[in-house]
Amino acid sequence: MPIIEVKQLTKVFGHDAGRALPLLEQGWSKEKIAQEVKLTVGVNKAEFSIEEGEIFVIMGLSGSGKSTLVRLLNRLIEPTGGQVLFKGNDVVGMNPEQLRQFRRKNIGMVFQKFALFPHRTVLANAEYGLEVQGVEKKKRTELAMQALELVGLKGWEHHRPDQLSGGMQQRVGLARGLANDPDILLMDEAFSALDPLIRKDMQQELLELQARVKKTIVFITHDLDEALRIGDRIALMKDGVIVQIGTPEEILIQPANKYVERFVEDVDLSKVLTAAHVMRQPEMVRPERGPRVALQLMRDSGVSSLYVADKEMKLQGVITAEDAAQAIKENKTILEVLRREIPRVHPDTLLNDLFELMSETHLPVAVVDESDRLKGIVIKGAVLSALAGNAVPEGEHV
Amino acid sequence: MNIPKIPLGQGVEWLEKWLTTYFGPVFDVIHAVIGGMVKGIENILTFLPALVLIVIIAALAYWIGKWRMALFAVIGLLLIDNLGLWGPSMQSLALVLAASILAVLIGVPIGILCAQSNAVKNTITPILDFMQTMPAFVYLLPAVSFFSLGVVPGVIASIIFAIPPTIRLTNLGIRQVSPELVEAADAFGSTPSQKLFKLQLPIALPTIMAGINQTIMLSLSMVVISSMIGAQGVGALVYRAVSQAKTGAGFEAGIAIVVIAILLDRLTQNALKPKQR
Repeated sequence: MPIIEVKQLTKVFGHDAGRALPLLEQGWSKEKIAQEVKLTVGVNKAEFSIEEGEIFVIMGLSGSGKSTLVRLLNRLIEPTGGQVLFKGNDVVGMNPEQLRQFRRKNIGMVFQKFALFPHRTVLANAEYGLEVQGVEKKKRTELAMQALELVGLKGWEHHRPDQLSGGMQQRVGLARGLANDPDILLMDEAFSALDPLIRKDMQQELLELQARVKKTIVFITHDLDEALRIGDRIALMKDGVIVQIGTPEEILIQPANKYVERFVEDVDLSKVLTAAHVMRQPEMVRPERGPRVALQLMRDSGVSSLYVADKEMKLQGVITAEDAAQAIKENKTILEVLRREIPRVHPDTLLNDLFELMSETHLPVAVVDESDRLKGIVIKGAVLSALAGNAVPEGEHV
Repeated sequence: MNIPKIPLGQGVEWLEKWLTTYFGPVFDVIHAVIGGMVKGIENILTFLPALVLIVIIAALAYWIGKWRMALFAVIGLLLIDNLGLWGPSMQSLALVLAASILAVLIGVPIGILCAQSNAVKNTITPILDFMQTMPAFVYLLPAVSFFSLGVVPGVIASIIFAIPPTIRLTNLGIRQVSPELVEAADAFGSTPSQKLFKLQLPIALPTIMAGINQTIMLSLSMVVISSMIGAQGVGALVYRAVSQAKTGAGFEAGIAIVVIAILLDRLTQNALKPKQR
């Protein structure tokens, strides 16, 4: 079961906002409603579900309704219509006390401008969520310290927020959100106020953190690069409407409409696509087959080199046609003539990081996993074709 | 066209009479409470010998401010004692403290209510304007008819005159807390009172203290006016000196008020600073 299910969720701002609901039902646009009944549609019938442990990114430009949408999830903004279900329970129908408990136990939040309490120390900030729950002092200090350690702020607990840099302040925000161990963490443009370099570090750390604590994260951003880097799935919003929901690849490769297409056309694909996206099935041979077989295989498939891997697919090296010919002449085995010094990369390596490696070698780059098993090879043509925006045909994936 | 004069004055007098007739017992209770409070504070202040109290105040001044403030406290208070004005000064101080304490006890909660509801704020604001701009002499009269002569109507008049800054600045201080912080407190499931005590009041405290400081100063400025309806103290000495055209005596009593004013002002202004560090 999804942890969050959102059905027909709608927010209209203005006096007696409910009267806009039937109009939206009839398909009136945001502009038409603004002009004719003077109401502002913030979120228009959003519909999605979030799985446990997922990083779900809601992305859109300013004014697209993404910050409103995230606040509808914990009712910092009251929905005008529709449903939010948390593990099947209706959040919209909760009374104030139930809502408070839901916010205390199940859903934490990290804010764009950090929103740290200036009169409290770093530790007291991290403790806040536990404190309002009535957790006793010793226990909450312990939990808050754990959260601070998790975000790398050990030793800073007695400082005040204004003594910290922006990146560190947001770590405090993150620790505050994590300290009461919520099921879901809402992050509203959490890294947007940070310098680009610090921002990238924080994205990386968030991914590492997520791998450890396995929270469900709803991440709001206006930055497509950020969305592509951290999102398991991305919902793209425009004018209060969710235009497309999909994995980063789906959004890039199959944009749902012209808007998404325009949005993603400026993306630097080399920073999004990885070796795994462009690699092909390698031409390979097992060492015990001997140089003659290798040479024959090369002739058959019209290549000038072969990858050599053992029965477990462990990469041994590369043998070229010349090497094979020489081995036959001198009666050597493949293992004796094989070149072991060959470029290898992990499947998650970004294309951007492949360029230098590829310019230094005339051989294709081998893609291997952690235990050195050959997964595929990357040739220059495939990289260029991917960067030109051509989808890599499924059949050529390993 | 001849519009008859609206009988506003008669109306107010009728209301005054009506209140004294039907709320007499209530006013008696208030009279007893405030009278007891002033007397209590005065007894505490005069129980100790002047020199001992001077040392205590100087120590307080040193703790809150630094040695310069302590030095001023010692010299200023010794001067008051030397001029033979210690007793009357403590009487006036008791009046000011009683009025200020009551003004804060009433004013801060009203300020909090104003901050939480625009309706309350919009009702209270014109009343505060009225209280601050109506000449203080005017509400001395009903105060006297409700509470008779003496220190109690003086305290009441001082509260009315001095309470607006506390209410206004409490309201302002809370409203100035950034909406993002309030949203964060909400997002973590704070109850309204947790939000108030853990977030809004602590952040508004410097602003509220500025209001309290003004309230104390304003109630001190009522000392002389209160003496016109029988409140004892240095205010009465100033009043008497003025009516008898005694410049020297008036100046001496005036100096005593200045010393108390400066001490109260500096002490309340600096009271928060060391704790903020």
